[in-house]
Amino acid sequence: MDRPIRVLVSKPGLDGHDRGAKVIARALRDAGMEVIYTGLRQTPEQIVNAAIQEDVDVIATSILSGAHGTLLPKIAELLKEQGAEDILFIGGGVIPDEDIPELIESGVKAIFTPGTPTSETVEFIVNNVRK
Amino acid sequence: MDLLQGLKKGNKRAAAKLITMIENRTEGYQDVLKEIHKSSGKAYVIGITGPPGAGKSTLTDKLVKEIRKQDKKVAIIAIDPTSPFSGGSILGDRIRMNDLSLDPGVFIRSMGTRGHLGGLSVATKSAIKILDVYGAEYIFVETVGVGQSEIEIVKSADTTVMVMVPGLGDDIQAIKAGIMEIGDVFVINKADRDGANRTRAEIEMMLDFSNSEFKPAVKMAVAVDGKGINDIIDEIERHKEYLIKTDKYHHNRVTSAREEIVEIIKENITDKIFNDHLISSQLAELTQKVVKREIDPYTAGFNILKSIKL
Repeated sequence: MDRPIRVLVSKPGLDGHDRGAKVIARALRDAGMEVIYTGLRQTPEQIVNAAIQEDVDVIATSILSGAHGTLLPKIAELLKEQGAEDILFIGGGVIPDEDIPELIESGVKAIFTPGTPTSETVEFIVNNVRK
Repeated sequence: MDLLQGLKKGNKRAAAKLITMIENRTEGYQDVLKEIHKSSGKAYVIGITGPPGAGKSTLTDKLVKEIRKQDKKVAIIAIDPTSPFSGGSILGDRIRMNDLSLDPGVFIRSMGTRGHLGGLSVATKSAIKILDVYGAEYIFVETVGVGQSEIEIVKSADTTVMVMVPGLGDDIQAIKAGIMEIGDVFVINKADRDGANRTRAEIEMMLDFSNSEFKPAVKMAVAVDGKGINDIIDEIERHKEYLIKTDKYHHNRVTSAREEIVEIIKENITDKIFNDHLISSQLAELTQKVVKREIDPYTAGFNILKSIKL
């Protein structure tokens, strides 16, 4: 059996809307991935701790609160501290286009905004995950 | 072998990577298991099992928080089902354990069953060993939501906690064979709901018929509010003392070690037999004869067995 890709799906910050995260979790599951779903209101520390213990290949975050400029770079920073930058870190949610370059600069590998077909996210993960 | 060094020093990253290796059966995983066996066997393993939605994750969260007050290092293995169709899974037990993810004395690992029946995943036993060597004094294993016959947890756990909820069925459910026979501690969770007392009475009645030396207690709990948690921990302790006092603890480990060896033999013997060219061709030939009704499957099977040299 091919080993399944392990993905942590998480919602950093304080907004309580997890429909998007659940849709993506389900899509990744159907693509044969093992999704560890941590639910709402996660701090960057919780996310990175979980990612290390679960030894995931991917961290997928969904954020709708507008705090992406603070929370996502913080996650990237903690990953670097732990020597875990090889984990593919991606984000999604209502994130204005003009904010994306800065997030990518900070270490997020891709941002998926509303309207992205889930198949696109799946494909990105499959093509970019550590081998 | 850097990872092994790290594991013995209690490094979380090393433990996590080694569990992945064993789960994926990455080349060399058997060497890891060989290497760590000597240092394992120290942790006390507590199984948490029960039907889906009974509150296993929430209860585990509360029990672990209580045990952490004694400053013991704890690990949790939480198992959820893998889809038989896509091979994917959603492992959602961490949702109920969010506070624990910031506690440096707690290690949580989610595992998919990956096609394994019985309530655990194939690699659960090995993951327990790894977390044991990592230094966890208590290891909680939360099974998938079980039905009536997923009883594998008893083979891996020292104490099995059976979590029930009111209103799942009548007393006939309680006296059926299988899952109801494996609890060392029974918990009626969500005990603030209607029918909790009745469920307790039914389980107690079932337990009254049992001849076993150790009589499990039935404890009421509302895990989400933290009610009844200390009672359950006391019961786990009582069972642990019983195991140690009667030498059952040792006896159980003998049974489990024997089973582990048998498992390994079974797993490899079929590979060995069916990878043999001569046997494959003999099998193909005899299969044709069986289809044509020239011989029967028993004769064919025993003919092949005769030519197996181990």
